[in-house]
Amino acid sequence: MNELIKKLVEAYGPSGFEDGMRDLIRPEVEAYADEIRVDALGNLIAIKNGDGSGLKVMIAAHMDEIGVMVTHVTKEGFLRFTNIGGVLPHNLMGSRVQFANGTIGLIYSDRIEDRGKIHPLNKFYIDVGASSPDDCPVSVGDAAGFVRPFMAQGSRLTAKTMDDRIGCVVAIEAMKRLKSTPHQVYFAFTVQEEVGVRGAMTAANHLDPDVGIALDVTLTGDVPEARPMAISLGKGAAIKVKDSGMIAHAGLVRLMKQRADAASIPYQLEVLDGGSTDARSMQIANAGTAAGCISIPCRYVHSQSETVDAGDVESCIQLLVEILANPIEL
Amino acid sequence: MNELLKNLTEAVGVASNEKEVRLLIRDLIVDHVDEWHVDAMGNLLALKKGTGASPLRVLVDAHMDEVGLMITDVDSNGTFKFEGVGGFNDRTLLGKVVQVGPEKIIGVIGARPVHLLKAEQRNSVVKMDAMRIDIGAKNKDAASGKVKVGEYAAFVTEYEELGETAVGKAFDNRAGCAALIELLRARPYPFDVYASFSVQEEVGLRGAQVAAYGVNPDAALVLECTPAYDLPNDDDVSPNVALGKGPSIYVMDGVTIQDPRLVAHITRTAAANGIPFQIRQPGGGGTNTAVIQRTRGGIPAATIAVPGRHAHTPTMMINLDDYANVVKLAEATLRSLTPEVIKRN
Repeated sequence: MNELIKKLVEAYGPSGFEDGMRDLIRPEVEAYADEIRVDALGNLIAIKNGDGSGLKVMIAAHMDEIGVMVTHVTKEGFLRFTNIGGVLPHNLMGSRVQFANGTIGLIYSDRIEDRGKIHPLNKFYIDVGASSPDDCPVSVGDAAGFVRPFMAQGSRLTAKTMDDRIGCVVAIEAMKRLKSTPHQVYFAFTVQEEVGVRGAMTAANHLDPDVGIALDVTLTGDVPEARPMAISLGKGAAIKVKDSGMIAHAGLVRLMKQRADAASIPYQLEVLDGGSTDARSMQIANAGTAAGCISIPCRYVHSQSETVDAGDVESCIQLLVEILANPIEL
Repeated sequence: MNELLKNLTEAVGVASNEKEVRLLIRDLIVDHVDEWHVDAMGNLLALKKGTGASPLRVLVDAHMDEVGLMITDVDSNGTFKFEGVGGFNDRTLLGKVVQVGPEKIIGVIGARPVHLLKAEQRNSVVKMDAMRIDIGAKNKDAASGKVKVGEYAAFVTEYEELGETAVGKAFDNRAGCAALIELLRARPYPFDVYASFSVQEEVGLRGAQVAAYGVNPDAALVLECTPAYDLPNDDDVSPNVALGKGPSIYVMDGVTIQDPRLVAHITRTAAANGIPFQIRQPGGGGTNTAVIQRTRGGIPAATIAVPGRHAHTPTMMINLDDYANVVKLAEATLRSLTPEVIKRN
């Protein structure tokens, strides 16, 4: 599975520019899907047919990652940029980004006068080795994603885009293991989550599911001086109860707990203070969807060293399979 | 003199009070479209049937509304309190002339003269809630007889042309409306074109949301007037867009990532037709593309805009060549749009 994780987490796919991600995921799911669709915004939807006795269930894992977009090329050939999604200035110094055409850029900031302060984003620039706008291989409007190799150290897995390529991995693995299901299951690999859960919104409008489950990372409270949060790496799948954009369907939360208990899958209950997921979009699509989220606990979210625990990933896969393999009664 | 721009910008249509503009546009397009109707929110929707060569259904949107003010209260001295309808930089309001209500009563947004300002007041910005509209009424009763709470006020600016530059109010987005009218007056396109002259963009992209839901097109093009900021600057920073450098093409703004396939189609079309263009600096702002794109199962959408200086003030400026090139680029973009451009495999 680490091979699949490595392939997905190292790939390029800032929000709005997920074509390459779709091309990577498609062959991974083709053998396990009865039908594959790509919708107008670019969501990849792999459908697994049920036996007709169950519900319409949408599973959402987003393919996109945070990134940057060029706003200006200076006369010396440096690039000013804006953020695509939640890019934090203090994670930027010395990091590397890659553009769709393969160009690598290094990020640094204007002179630091006060070491106690972090520059705002517009004081950072990208150096692609150009010396003027004329020899600059990228231009205004081009998007870049971060570059950082995948690392597995013991059970800890680190990458630039665990958010949310690890959710994509959970979906793909669950598809592989799911032998049969009573449900019509739509595995949606969504676009533009990081800029406002946009892809899942149109996918859910179109698919009109009864139940929606997002697969995404969540924060943890297990690092030095962390904001208190009852989620730790290595303690199992996180069943979302609430985040700042959604209160999960109580019946769905109950069902997730029951399935985890019955199959002895370790889990933790998640209340996330800040942030939301594709579940929010699914919940309020059309006339409403019973929505919830299985979260993969993750340290250092939106940095280039997002870290998850392999055991938690396994628990999330197992829990999703248990839910989809059995009847869902809400 | 561009009569179309003159008539459209001098008409009054503050968000949710677009009737005057709607009637004007209706009369300008009625002979060039096959069907038209006004929907529940007030969007003017028109169908220009295609030649039948292509199965696409394409929406072209331009919002009719402009930013303005609403009367909220009358003071004992006969002046009126007001609030903004749409976004303002408060400091641009002082000393401006406005037309209030259906009778277009003239008023001024009063300002304390410089003679009477204390030193600290000279360096501070007066907030909108401290400003009043003065219609010259002698007392509260006289004022209330002419203007009612809840009525709209709009700027008063006569359209003028200074060489290739046009000055006026509400180029945002009557420039887009004018371009869309010109598109409807052209010969039929390969596919059905649905025009939406939409309402309430300035207060939250509201009209286009229901227009797109009703039309449910395969693709959409939004015509806008985007703020230019190209005045002298010491730093080496991009102007977001500059006057006279051609149509402005959006890639990403504060609320939308434009469909990359349509953006590529537009830039290719511009290059192929020798039309200058500029990529609008990615960052803040937002257009109706945001809500159209996320309608129903999703609609590929992109934006072409006329650069306009001094947006959301009574005196905007556009370059007439830019405007003409927006019309040209939008028309060429439509005529060369095929299902393959937006096909997903």
